[in-house]
Amino acid sequence: MIVDLPETTTETVNRRLVELRDSGGAVALGRVLTLVISTEDSGAEAAIRAANDASHEHPCRVIAVVGGNRRGSSRLDAQIRVGGDAGASEVIVLRLYGPLSEHGDSVVVPLLLPDAPVVAWWPGNCPDRPAEDRIGRMAQRRVTDAAACRNPRRALELRAEGHTPADTDLAWSRVTLWRALLAAALDLPPFEEVRSAEVTGASDSPSADLLAGWLAVALECPVKRVRTAPGTGLREVLLDRAGGPVVLSRPNGPVATLTQPGQPVRRVALPPRADSECLSEELRRLDPDPVFSAVLTRGLPMVTSGQARRDPARNGTRA
Amino acid sequence: MSPATVARGSNPLRDERDRRLQRIAGPCGLVIFGVTGDLARRKLMPAVYDLTQRGLLPPGFALVGFARRDWADQDFAAVVHDAVREHARTPFRESVWRQLAEGCRFVSGEFGDEKAFDELARTVADLDEVRGTGGNHAFYLSIPPRSFTQVITQLSRSGLAEQNGDRWRRVVIEKPFGHDRRSAQELDDIVSGVFPPDSVFRIDHYLGKETVQNLLAVRFANQLFEPVWNAHYVDHVQITMAEDIGIGGRAGYYDGIGAARDVIQNHLLQLLALTAMEEPVSFDAQDLRAEKQKVLSAVRVPQDIGQHTARGQYAAGWQGGQQVIGYLQEKGIPASSGTETYAAVTLEIDTRRWAGVPFYLRAGKRLGRRVTEIAVVFKQAPHLPFERTATVELGKNALVIRVQPDEGVTMRFGAKVPGTAMEVRDVTMDFSYGHSFTESSPEAYERLLLDVLLGEPPLFPRHEEVDQSWRILDPVIEHWAAHGQPESYPAGTWGPESADAMMARDGRAWRRP
Repeated sequence: MIVDLPETTTETVNRRLVELRDSGGAVALGRVLTLVISTEDSGAEAAIRAANDASHEHPCRVIAVVGGNRRGSSRLDAQIRVGGDAGASEVIVLRLYGPLSEHGDSVVVPLLLPDAPVVAWWPGNCPDRPAEDRIGRMAQRRVTDAAACRNPRRALELRAEGHTPADTDLAWSRVTLWRALLAAALDLPPFEEVRSAEVTGASDSPSADLLAGWLAVALECPVKRVRTAPGTGLREVLLDRAGGPVVLSRPNGPVATLTQPGQPVRRVALPPRADSECLSEELRRLDPDPVFSAVLTRGLPMVTSGQARRDPARNGTRA
Repeated sequence: MSPATVARGSNPLRDERDRRLQRIAGPCGLVIFGVTGDLARRKLMPAVYDLTQRGLLPPGFALVGFARRDWADQDFAAVVHDAVREHARTPFRESVWRQLAEGCRFVSGEFGDEKAFDELARTVADLDEVRGTGGNHAFYLSIPPRSFTQVITQLSRSGLAEQNGDRWRRVVIEKPFGHDRRSAQELDDIVSGVFPPDSVFRIDHYLGKETVQNLLAVRFANQLFEPVWNAHYVDHVQITMAEDIGIGGRAGYYDGIGAARDVIQNHLLQLLALTAMEEPVSFDAQDLRAEKQKVLSAVRVPQDIGQHTARGQYAAGWQGGQQVIGYLQEKGIPASSGTETYAAVTLEIDTRRWAGVPFYLRAGKRLGRRVTEIAVVFKQAPHLPFERTATVELGKNALVIRVQPDEGVTMRFGAKVPGTAMEVRDVTMDFSYGHSFTESSPEAYERLLLDVLLGEPPLFPRHEEVDQSWRILDPVIEHWAAHGQPESYPAGTWGPESADAMMARDGRAWRRP
């Protein structure tokens, strides 16, 4: 059910929420957190959809703060979605106009669930320092998306500069499955040190940068980042060891291959993760992620840029 | 700089602070015996797909089917495909499916057929070669118990059970684990003669359920409940597993087994153990099993079995708007069958924590509705400073763990009825897991299959627990066998009158779940 409340106040929104709960049985007691989405008009619906999908695992109240025209007089248009239109969450869309659009926090405060953590998410562009943003400040967890920013590389630099332990980025959750596969490969014999590593991926892929930074921090070895054309995503990770390299490669399409010396080539489905999956992962834990902090602040500077080297062991798989 | 050390058990890419990384099973394959069965189609194959989809199975994973069909690998893959399409929890993705399909193999044969097992051994060796399963294979026996011995013997003869160095072989077995204490022991002798105890995984799918694991979280992660979780405050505990269906097409399996052996011996006694056990030192397999085993060893049936147990058999009736036939009219059931479809037992636990607190367990088919729950019913407050009339409607406080469906926790307590007079009435406070949490949380079989492939045993009962359960239940089953037919109850009701009478003798009544 969708209820439109044009030119309204948060008090009315709150009252309607209680009424809807009483009449429609849209009980919001199981909600474990409030997710505040801070977005421009164009990305709003896609973000709400992703949040609704994620709400099946994390029941929450979604407050989408959508910035509108800054000129003219202050106005608040609200929309409440419950039941089938809201996944397992209840969604409140707040559109702000005029001077009010600078004060999104003032309309969010009255609508936060009592005693439940607040997560702020910027699905597109975000403030340079999310932790100092008005909405960011009231959140226990701040989720940004460097890949969705105008300049992803610059965005990652800014994230590193203004980083606090409560900050995280979807570019990081996008590589979780890659990281899991690489970690699993080192769980098994031969137990050989990794002498150097190489991460190949699009020049505009912050995920590839983070993955390289992670390897640098964890493996304490030289890590090279090879940049391919923008939009090509994360392509390949190579861990060089004495007995031959471990290569996890996803040249095109959703299927990756894992190549290890003396073992058959193994194939695994590794499709790009949807935003809703990444968001679900972010919502799973709201405590600091020290590994991400280390990668962002220590790991990224350790990575060097470079060309792919020609290595006969790789059978010339690079196209 | 010198690179980080890599050694067995020391992987620099693993950081205990990194909680995003889920463990992926190492290279391995799964062999399912009885792939044509209901369980394989409805639960196992979809679970394998869901695990693949979640990225938790290793690259190159292989799934081998073994059954008495004249199928080629593609035919088997088609069967898996249909099962996945119909029953998988996660959305169907062609790319994920194709990877899984590439690793599907089928071996046709009888359980006693030496040639077929040699063929299976070749297939498995070939998979190690081609797919890189690394010699690690789990054998899932989704087969009738009478075939256990044959299959285990064949696995041993064909060398499939041999493990050495880094290569493991594991066997997964389903209930029933025997039909009494002695047969369970015999079964265990056969299995443990071929597989070491650490390689035997007994599946009790209830233990894979999120809500059952939530029971441990509720008890041991909170300050609120554990202090009252004892005989000082608890009056009694009711554990119910009710099904609305009849035996359906399972006549061959069910007749002669009955409700007590089918579910009380395993699911309900495991729930009892988790409800009643002391706090484990850790959630490691060893510590958790030690506590469960300890409490099970203190459980006993009251002296007068006839007075403290009840059994029934459903008769024709109306259930949920449908006319249904009775047990004796079901296809394949002899008219003289004395198998119980409803069983209730009173159990006592001889520990300081539980002395004098009865645990009532009941299980049945064709009952009012499908529900599994654990209800901890508390004693009445020792003194009620109200007028007597104010509290006539006040019952006992209760904490109910709803295992399925509508997973969650309900708390029942007294509250003042609005108005001028002081009047107290029972109200409930509800935590509903099911509404949103579990909608996309893993199925029990996903969790359990992954645990098998990872070699994580905490959620699997050990033979000692199985043995204890039979020790508890054997006297009841013997008593029933010597005392004629079970009482009949109309389908769609909450069981035979004798079950209500059993509670009434203790001055209590069953909860309507």
